Amino acid sequence: MVKYLGRRALYMAATLLAISLVVFVIISLPPGDFVTALRAKYSVMGQGLTETDVQALRVRYGLDGNLLQQYWSWITQIILHGDLGMSFEHSKPVADVIGPRLGATLGISLITLLMTWALAFPIGVYSAVKQHSIGDYAVTTIGFLGLAVPNFLIALIFIYFSVTWFGSVPSGLCSPEWCEASWNLGKLLDLLGHLWVPMIVIGTAGVAGLVRIIRNNLLDELRRPYVTAARARGVPERRLLRRYPLRVALNPFVSTIGWVLPLLLVGDIVVGQILSLPTLGPILLGALKAQDMYLAGSIIMVLSVVTVLGTLISDLLLGWLDPRIRLGHQR
Amino acid sequence: MTLKATDGAAVEPEADGARATASQRRLVWWAFKKHRLALISAWLLIAMLVVILLTEFIAPFGSRHRDSAYTTAPPQVLKIVDTDGGDGWQWGLHVDGYVSEQDPRSLRITYEADPDDRVDVGFFVKGEEYELFGLIPWDRHLIGPEDPDDPMYLLGTTTDGQDLFSQLVYATRVSASVGIIGVLLAFALGIVLGAISGYFGGWIDNVIQRLIELFMAVPSIPLWLGLAAALPAQMGPVTRYFIITTILALVAWTGLAREVRGRFLAMRGEEFVTSAMLDGSSHRRVMFRHMLPSFSSHIIAALSLSIPSMILAETALSWLGLGLRPPAVSWGVQLQDASKWSVLSNAPWLLIPGLVVVIVVLAFNFVGDGMRDAADPYKH
Repeated sequence: MVKYLGRRALYMAATLLAISLVVFVIISLPPGDFVTALRAKYSVMGQGLTETDVQALRVRYGLDGNLLQQYWSWITQIILHGDLGMSFEHSKPVADVIGPRLGATLGISLITLLMTWALAFPIGVYSAVKQHSIGDYAVTTIGFLGLAVPNFLIALIFIYFSVTWFGSVPSGLCSPEWCEASWNLGKLLDLLGHLWVPMIVIGTAGVAGLVRIIRNNLLDELRRPYVTAARARGVPERRLLRRYPLRVALNPFVSTIGWVLPLLLVGDIVVGQILSLPTLGPILLGALKAQDMYLAGSIIMVLSVVTVLGTLISDLLLGWLDPRIRLGHQR
Repeated sequence: MTLKATDGAAVEPEADGARATASQRRLVWWAFKKHRLALISAWLLIAMLVVILLTEFIAPFGSRHRDSAYTTAPPQVLKIVDTDGGDGWQWGLHVDGYVSEQDPRSLRITYEADPDDRVDVGFFVKGEEYELFGLIPWDRHLIGPEDPDDPMYLLGTTTDGQDLFSQLVYATRVSASVGIIGVLLAFALGIVLGAISGYFGGWIDNVIQRLIELFMAVPSIPLWLGLAAALPAQMGPVTRYFIITTILALVAWTGLAREVRGRFLAMRGEEFVTSAMLDGSSHRRVMFRHMLPSFSSHIIAALSLSIPSMILAETALSWLGLGLRPPAVSWGVQLQDASKWSVLSNAPWLLIPGLVVVIVVLAFNFVGDGMRDAADPYKH
């Protein structure tokens, strides 16, 4: 296990390095550097930067060296000082822009993840145990649709019906009268009232994918000889199911953390855009469109790091749950 | 054997001994045909290909056609019989024209069908001139109003007064081809690297596999977003189209490479490979003439299954405003029109491109599933 842990940690470090390189490439792809853009912005506003200011900024961001030196100064600032650079659009340090929204993003993603599990597990198991029943066909069809419909389309359809039926769109995370209030039951209920739309929109693809995986896994497992043997010995069906096949079918739950998280975060970009949520999604989109690259790059980096961490956690959990995986890696 | 023959002699062509002599291609086709949904989907995709090839002919109006007199007009119903005229039934393909009404307070103009205003519709009518396949100048359109200046908007119009149906036809060419070309690019990369990795094994395999794992570890969608956003804004639509396609392919090739590698790895020890090598064939010949064709149907299945995610990615990117941009029309660009709820609530037909996305994605999925099941006809 220790060896496995070490391997995984080493591998994660390599991945993080790769991610930082990719993000840096993205940051430096658009023509013109940060300071030049800032200078142009200030001269438009009529308050030109002095030559010394410009020089100081250039040194701060290491813009005069070659690409490798620029990368080095960028990454050391992040690791040593937690300084992600300046947001050009918001005229604030990137960390100050991201910080307040990171919580809401992760919160929504986690709640949606929990809902995804809570929904997908019973549905997947039902659909596998009652294979070829009407319910199974319905689930499979809906699953197919859930994967085929882009989530922004689900959001648009939601908005259409919400406007035609209720005359308004549930936007934001709280109603105006509750936003400033301190936490109490009323605010919690209000939050839940707002949360279900993004949850459904973000979670649909996840639920559909997960149901499919659980169904397939459980079906594979149910065809194994040991299941037949247990059945022949007269083990009751319910107990038989609970004893082994279900445990194996549980693996995808753990391994989903890795791929569901990016899916949810992307859902957030889309939904946040339509429903104006206080999450990272709309900020990322705005930054990308304005080519505010330090901000955009940092958000992409944060999302990637969260994903890598999620994958690591899920891999470790899987290795702990299922010795076959751990051993397979060691050989 | 005899039992089987009497069983399905009437329905199954393979029962009368033809199966024993049929080529592999034929066997795959027979297996595929049993998959009803896949077969229907295959026809749908063929129809889509026709639309892609004959875009200008099928669309009633050109891609830049704009009718400012009818903005956000609802879809019209195509009618064969006119009973409103008072003089009995009048046969002839037509649609009802529009009557507009302006709300005195919000100033918003709404359109309704006007039964008294008849717009004759015909097949192969003269309309805007275009060049078919970019070569043959022509002015006929599959369907259109007899008088090109009349309004015939079968799926309604956009907020700019463009014909949604024509736009949809043009968008189909762009969006579907992004998926197809992107997957082909990803496949070229995936097959070559996957084949080398699986065929040679050893340290080459190790290096390529680590590379793939790193690519897979970087979450694809933020990567797509970042790369697409880094493109200069003033880039021409054609360049942008190719670069977006390349970006999508660059992120998607890893899964395919893995699949190909697994196949090569499993097949390396087979006798026909050894004998090909003993015959003195070069590595390249063994890989791409002997090994690759033996699982080409699997590759087609994988191809078909990976097109949908490509199409969905392009649609989402364009919808977010980071992929293709007007004047290029794609499904995602079209759906941008519907993203304001004040517009959408009065014009639900703007969501029709979304329906097309779903249908095409499902069709590729079903064909892929059918192909995967049929890919190995000797399996049973």
